[in-house]
Amino acid sequence: METTIKKQIEIIELDKPVPERLLPVRLAAQNGRWSGYWHLLKARLTELRREPGVVFWIFGFPLLMAVALGMAFRNKPPDVSRVAVIASPEAERIVALLNSAPHPELVRADVLSEIDAHHRFQFGKYDLVVRVKDSDTLVYEYDPTRPESVLAHVVVDDQLEIATGRKDRLQSSTRTSTEPGSRYIDFLIPGILGMNLMISGLWSAGFVVVDMRQRKILKRYVATPMRRSDFLLAISTSRLLLMVLEVLLLLGCGILVFHFHIVGSWASILLVSMAGAFTFAGMGLLAASRTQKSETANGIINIVMIPMWMLSGVFFSYEHFPGAIQPLIKLLPLTALNDALRSIILEGAPLRVQVPRLLVLCLWGGISFIFALRWFRWT
Amino acid sequence: MNVAIQCRDLKKTYDGKLHAVAGIDLKIQAGECFGLLGPNGAGKTTTIEILEGLLEPSSGEVEIFGYKWKTHGRQLREWIGISLQETGLSEKLTVREIVGLYASFYRNPRDSDEVIEEMSLHEKADSWVGKLSGGQKQRLVIATALVGNPRILFLDEPTSGLDPQSRRQLWEIIRRFQLRGGTVLLTTHYMDEAERLCDRISIVDHGRIITSGSPALLIERLCGTQLVEFVANNALGEVVTDGWDHLPGVESVKRENGNILLSVHEPHVTIPALLAAAQQRGLRLEHLSTRQASLEDVFVHLTGRHLREN
Repeated sequence: METTIKKQIEIIELDKPVPERLLPVRLAAQNGRWSGYWHLLKARLTELRREPGVVFWIFGFPLLMAVALGMAFRNKPPDVSRVAVIASPEAERIVALLNSAPHPELVRADVLSEIDAHHRFQFGKYDLVVRVKDSDTLVYEYDPTRPESVLAHVVVDDQLEIATGRKDRLQSSTRTSTEPGSRYIDFLIPGILGMNLMISGLWSAGFVVVDMRQRKILKRYVATPMRRSDFLLAISTSRLLLMVLEVLLLLGCGILVFHFHIVGSWASILLVSMAGAFTFAGMGLLAASRTQKSETANGIINIVMIPMWMLSGVFFSYEHFPGAIQPLIKLLPLTALNDALRSIILEGAPLRVQVPRLLVLCLWGGISFIFALRWFRWT
Repeated sequence: MNVAIQCRDLKKTYDGKLHAVAGIDLKIQAGECFGLLGPNGAGKTTTIEILEGLLEPSSGEVEIFGYKWKTHGRQLREWIGISLQETGLSEKLTVREIVGLYASFYRNPRDSDEVIEEMSLHEKADSWVGKLSGGQKQRLVIATALVGNPRILFLDEPTSGLDPQSRRQLWEIIRRFQLRGGTVLLTTHYMDEAERLCDRISIVDHGRIITSGSPALLIERLCGTQLVEFVANNALGEVVTDGWDHLPGVESVKRENGNILLSVHEPHVTIPALLAAAQQRGLRLEHLSTRQASLEDVFVHLTGRHLREN
């Protein structure tokens, strides 16, 4: 009985006179061709701005990385080789000789008992053990697998030879280089810029699209008269705008904090960055073209990203890798982007030198875009 | 009258095996509110998404105001507003931004503020979508459907998961749209919703329409208007289920777990006869009740199953 009564009440409420608001609806101004595109772009940028995580990963993270790595490798004093001289009547003379050599600051020598010397050498406190057999014969004990031990061996031998009167046959002079342009930070900043263009391109084009597909936002969009090309165009435009910000912020920070010197032209830098942003946005879209779940997209993007992160010379030169695989490394888009950025920023190379690298980028980007559009699924 | 939505022999097969839709014909007049009623998995969503142009049918034809999706897709999208079964909205945009965004997709949209006002969302106009309640979110979904000033509204389970208050609010919005001359096609598995809103309904099961008509007509035709329900026990406490067919005014008898269900037209004739018969046979009646027959009864009558059970 109770439910019946309730139903009666509902009916009465619904059947009350229709409110006077049932006048013809008010129309807004007619929309032009680009209205959908502008609103999509605006919405995209607004969302980005309200997503603190995105702001950090796109802007904060690369800056932090540049600053941290830059600090770590900035003012490193020259390496001092630590030498243990085994106590003997001649030991003090060897120490005195090292101190009177042309570069006493390169070596710190201590006289120790034999047991102590070996013990501490094993624990890495000393790089080299010197045993004096008699006044003219020395025995060096070092570990050839430890670079600092090898260095200590060479330096100590060299210093002692000079101190005891060796004459060099070749005249040579050295010049140290810690000037802007050839420091580690100078190598690093263009690499981080390239890496950042890769990360944000893959994520903001790839991950975002998959996320919108998973949450059925794309499906809802295509049920409206929205032009599908407008959507992809808006995603690309927001990527380009962010790219300009990324480039200016990272290079600006390099100039202010590290007295980074840009030799090449800003126009070339922006053009190459744009090619990079385009390439990675294309690859991101390809990764996203059919993927239904954002977790899967996450995996795909990482599989694409991590090899390039390691191989393409972000933190150290890819020259360290075996010669046989270097031609392959050079075919990777991030390698092409990093090489192009470095040669423009650090050497001021003109754009025409970059043509092969730009070609590599455009091939990756173009092919990715074509397949992404062919395979793209809205639902 | 104009035909708003028409489809003939609509079929949808997934992977060549499963018939999600196994031949559906519909003809929905302009200005009508039409309901597809059925349990989960009956093919309602597949059907409505084919009509919305989101899915390609495996075979069959769809016409919206006489136009086909293949040739006039863009034009048709201007004319329809939809709410998907699960609509995602960007959580970090405000109500106003979302409605404005959807308005920008249409050539002649409605005034966004008026739509927001009509959906009673004006107080939330500058709140992020992520901060809205379920009912508010659903009203925003309807707002995105209405802002294009559509001629047809497609609503796929518009009120599932909402509290009674929000459901009633949505019903009123749908009625208002219809009163302005709009056509509505909705799917639901709520009986009361279909009874309340729809001019006509089709009951769908296993991808086919089992019956169509106005809710009142279906109930009247298949179940009579009133149901008399009771349990009868004899002196030994045993349940007695037979011997009720010949009471005056009884159209059909159904037995459900010991319960007797009589479909009747005039309970005031049947009930006194029932009481007399029980007394005569020395039976005791328990849980005697009468109620209005509902679409649920129609569905049970047709399929032997309840709508909400799975």
